[in-house]
Amino acid sequence: GAAMMLAPAARAAPRDLVPNSRKDITTYNNFYEFGFDKGDPARYAGRLTTDPWSVRIDGLVERPGSWPLDDVLKGMPLDEHITRLRCVEAWSMVIPWIGFPLAELLRRAGPRPGAKYVAFETLLRPEEMPGQRRRSIDWPYREGLRLDEAMHPLTLLATGLYGAALPNQNGAPLRLVVPWKYGFKSIKSIVRITLTDTQPVTTWPALQPTEYGFYANVNPRVDHPRWSQATERVIGAGLFAPRVPTEMFNGYAEEVASLYAGMDLRTFY
Amino acid sequence: MRRLPVAVVYLAALVPLGWIVWLVLSGGIGVDPVKEIEHRLGKIALWFLALGLAVTPLRRLTGVNLLRYRRALGLSAAFYVGLHILAWGWLDMRWLWAQMAGDLLKRPYLVAGMASALMIAVLAATSNGVSVRALGARWRVLHRLTYPAAALAVGHYLWQMKVITPEGWAWAGVMTGLLALRLLPRGWGVTRRA
Repeated sequence: GAAMMLAPAARAAPRDLVPNSRKDITTYNNFYEFGFDKGDPARYAGRLTTDPWSVRIDGLVERPGSWPLDDVLKGMPLDEHITRLRCVEAWSMVIPWIGFPLAELLRRAGPRPGAKYVAFETLLRPEEMPGQRRRSIDWPYREGLRLDEAMHPLTLLATGLYGAALPNQNGAPLRLVVPWKYGFKSIKSIVRITLTDTQPVTTWPALQPTEYGFYANVNPRVDHPRWSQATERVIGAGLFAPRVPTEMFNGYAEEVASLYAGMDLRTFY
Repeated sequence: MRRLPVAVVYLAALVPLGWIVWLVLSGGIGVDPVKEIEHRLGKIALWFLALGLAVTPLRRLTGVNLLRYRRALGLSAAFYVGLHILAWGWLDMRWLWAQMAGDLLKRPYLVAGMASALMIAVLAATSNGVSVRALGARWRVLHRLTYPAAALAVGHYLWQMKVITPEGWAWAGVMTGLLALRLLPRGWGVTRRA
């Protein structure tokens, strides 16, 4: 595909972030479509067919349709974006993505007046995704953002990692990256993007409404019911590394806090 | 098998710990060694709890009597429970006492795990011959704590999962089975070797 042909022309502001090793990023994954163990995606995602791939964009858009991936990527400003990833399980990494702002694609599709939310869906293909043969989750995996969150320049669609194509276990060929939210919001292997006027049903809140909210903003002051979110373990820091304090909006408060002005983040968690 | 010295069981019980140490030293423990060590130690403790609970049903079903190894199995479970908690406090939580105390009060799965650990500590502390003689008939009653301790340990294991895995359900099934066998009338199965 087109994603890996480029050398990143410009780097996004690095914020002094040191990326995790490629091994960290590609062997420690939550991608339940391939199994519950963090090593399962690296073990089993290799068999996923990512070419051909197409993405359906529908709902409240001027130009709905289904596009082959190459057409989706045509003309998109692919760059390296080094971002933090904070999992709801209280661990974190730094990842050098190759990608482009989701806003570029949404503008091309043309949100219609009345569009307020963006819903995303992962591929449903149990014959290649062994985890989907279990009924533990109502597949396909679904995520969603408010339209203003989706249009924010920090919200990316990623197609690569460390200057190369995105490995399947990281959500090839096209995944979302929302660095100020818990990792489960950053849905992988996207096949459908739908603009809606109502808040979409998303996988984790549907499964456990008391534990996971639609917003899922990283917030050290709002605990998950079963564990504290005040601190995090940094993957790759070694056996005796200290836990580090978790930052509001995962360190992106300056850029995104205004999106939530006036909202009680304990209610909208 | 029944002539095997108990010391061999104690030595064999150290093999899983040796395996973890080997994985850490050889780099095979993965990119998140802290969680891996913590979870492996907890899982090994579950195995020893289950093996200890299997001794009596095994005798009833097959006549094979491993009763003399049961204390070693129980103490091995207690050893790994201790290491599991040490890994949590030291490696995972880095002795962040305030956060640990807050978690212990607020998180039911931690309360269940700690309650189980306390019971197992009492069982280990009273497993010696002196305690058996001193407690007399009360020792048997006290050591029925094994059952809630095992149930809470499996509860703790399942409760910390985001989605209960097939392995989790298998553990729930095995432990429920082992505990349910205690509800059968006394003297079921093979009571004496043919």
